[in-house]
Amino acid sequence: MSMLELQGVRKVYGQGATAVKALRGVDLQVEPGAMVAVMGPSGSGKSTLLTIAGSLEEPTEGEVLIDGAPLSRMSRNARARLRRRSIGYVFQDFNLLPGLTAVENVALPLELDGIPGRRARATGKQVLDDLGLSDRGNQFPDQLSGGERQRVAIARAVVGDRHLVLADEPSGALDSVNGEAVMRLLHEACKRGVAAVVVTHDAQLASWADRVVFLRDGRIVDQTAPQADPESLLSTPGQTP
Amino acid sequence: MSVKHALLALLSEGPKYGLQLREEFESGTGEVWPLNVGQVYTTLQRLERDGLVESDDTSEEGPQKGFRITAAGAAELAGWLRTPPDLSSPPRDELVMKVLVALRVPGVDVHEVIQVHRRYLVELMQQWTRLKEDEAEYDLSLALVVDAELFRLDSVIRWLDSADGRLKRAAADKAAGTTAAPATPPAPVPLPNRRRRTGARG
Repeated sequence: MSMLELQGVRKVYGQGATAVKALRGVDLQVEPGAMVAVMGPSGSGKSTLLTIAGSLEEPTEGEVLIDGAPLSRMSRNARARLRRRSIGYVFQDFNLLPGLTAVENVALPLELDGIPGRRARATGKQVLDDLGLSDRGNQFPDQLSGGERQRVAIARAVVGDRHLVLADEPSGALDSVNGEAVMRLLHEACKRGVAAVVVTHDAQLASWADRVVFLRDGRIVDQTAPQADPESLLSTPGQTP
Repeated sequence: MSVKHALLALLSEGPKYGLQLREEFESGTGEVWPLNVGQVYTTLQRLERDGLVESDDTSEEGPQKGFRITAAGAAELAGWLRTPPDLSSPPRDELVMKVLVALRVPGVDVHEVIQVHRRYLVELMQQWTRLKEDEAEYDLSLALVVDAELFRLDSVIRWLDSADGRLKRAAADKAAGTTAAPATPPAPVPLPNRRRRTGARG
């Protein structure tokens, strides 16, 4: 079963002559353990697709299923619980709370879900350790570098029993080395079974994905084929730099 | 890729045998550039002829023959490292030509042509990235080579994205009757006529 499925999703903002069709019938399936990148130019509907997939916004038409469960049939409370427990979000501008330390930021979704503070923070610390931030847990966001802040944001997105991570330009303004570190972490989360959707206009980020879909004017127009063995790059004449 | 200068670079570390040079060349370039042993010896012979390397024993050919760099070879290597490759005139890029040609062929959707190439390039980048993920963490040379290739492919995709956007705007302007330069022909002037005037950029 897909971890995320979009069926004929349409999204229209406004009405009449000024209506903007952001999504015009998108079908997408993301299996557990897979990373899918959505590439497209500004205004192609990438961010709308992500917010609808993450239940932060409702589609005008169509259905979104998370782990087989249709969002349209869930109560408001059930959707909120799903967002807290099952979905992790990574945004371009990190969205860390400035008054909380790194470990408190990571533990926050667990605490909101009713897990006692001490246990939530212990779990948060474990995830920070896994991401190489063992010594940064007690720092506040403004004491961290951009790369460290984004790693904390990823820790928060994967903490607990999250099965779906949704990332919007996750390496934002980071340099290419830090951007690569961010994508490496996301891909490692996928290897542990998390499904991830990354929207980006950056081909270097997208190339970390198992599958890249191309969005144009609110429609998926194309996608990459299953990947060939990378070793073929080393033996094919004419493919060398 | 200059095999000649790569061999000089390896010999600048100290005297080496031909087979050793081949192995070190391949590992030093992330094993992305395969090199056959014949190429190594032919190049070494030319280097020796030109006085850029010396061999231990001129009478005996084979794997046990050692080579070392000469002062002239070291000077040649130092000069080569600091000489920029020729990037001054635009290359005759096949992909650019295909997009320009697609504009003129009736019934061809240039955006679809662009997407075919974009997808291919992203697929290639996925393979390079996987190689980097799997192996380059432990192999600095390979990481550098893979990064170079990823940046090169990325720049081609950026050009395709830019071309896609520019063509869409041009079509929208045309539809709205606000073409920027109404006196020029609707399709672009064929590139070969302009190439000679493009000149050195840099």
